[in-house]
Amino acid sequence: MEVRVAPDPFDPGAELSAFTARAAGAGAVVSFTGVVRGDGGLSALEIEHYPGMTEAAIASMVAEAKARFGLTAARVIHRHGPLAVNEPIMMVLAAAPHRGAAFAAAEFLMDWLKSRAPFWKRELRADGAAWVAAKDEDEAALGRWA
Amino acid sequence: MIEVLYFAWLRERAGTSREAVETRAPTVAALVEELRGRSEGHALAFSDLRAVRVAVDQKLAAFDAPLAGAREVAFFPPMTGG
Repeated sequence: MEVRVAPDPFDPGAELSAFTARAAGAGAVVSFTGVVRGDGGLSALEIEHYPGMTEAAIASMVAEAKARFGLTAARVIHRHGPLAVNEPIMMVLAAAPHRGAAFAAAEFLMDWLKSRAPFWKRELRADGAAWVAAKDEDEAALGRWA
Repeated sequence: MIEVLYFAWLRERAGTSREAVETRAPTVAALVEELRGRSEGHALAFSDLRAVRVAVDQKLAAFDAPLAGAREVAFFPPMTGG
């Protein structure tokens, strides 16, 4: 299963091991793990998503990445619901014959996930909660893949 | 009948996460004009469309997108995944 969108915590080490075993034959495996930052007094993060569209949008990004970078395997894991500080939020894994394609594909997937996968983050602090605003630089980052 | 979905602060402002709407609006923009009249919260949710994104049948769309045959329209702020 290439895409998993679920509230459950996951173990990035175990995911990387399983993916590497499945990607046997690839010369390069790159992984990225996003983690909840505790800066600015953040007590927790809540992630809302659009069930159905989220999975479909990510599956289409993964298919595009595989075709564009010649990946032999790819996987995206993304959590939703409440997340504690220091917990992994999401993970991207890309396997290719050589490292250049694997690194590029991981960046490509991250850039698209940031701005085109229907997730919305809400930060909880002692003094209240606030939706995270999308960053202009995240939108601009998509331009390099045009 | 179109199922209209709201996410994040649009959901909070509209006061609902989904509602079935009887409409003949030909485009997303026309639907927004109708929805604005449903409540003060709806009007507030759609007060600045530059901050609103839309999906028609779970695919990102523009405000001038046609609604012929559409079953589901979702409104939400710019996405913050990753």
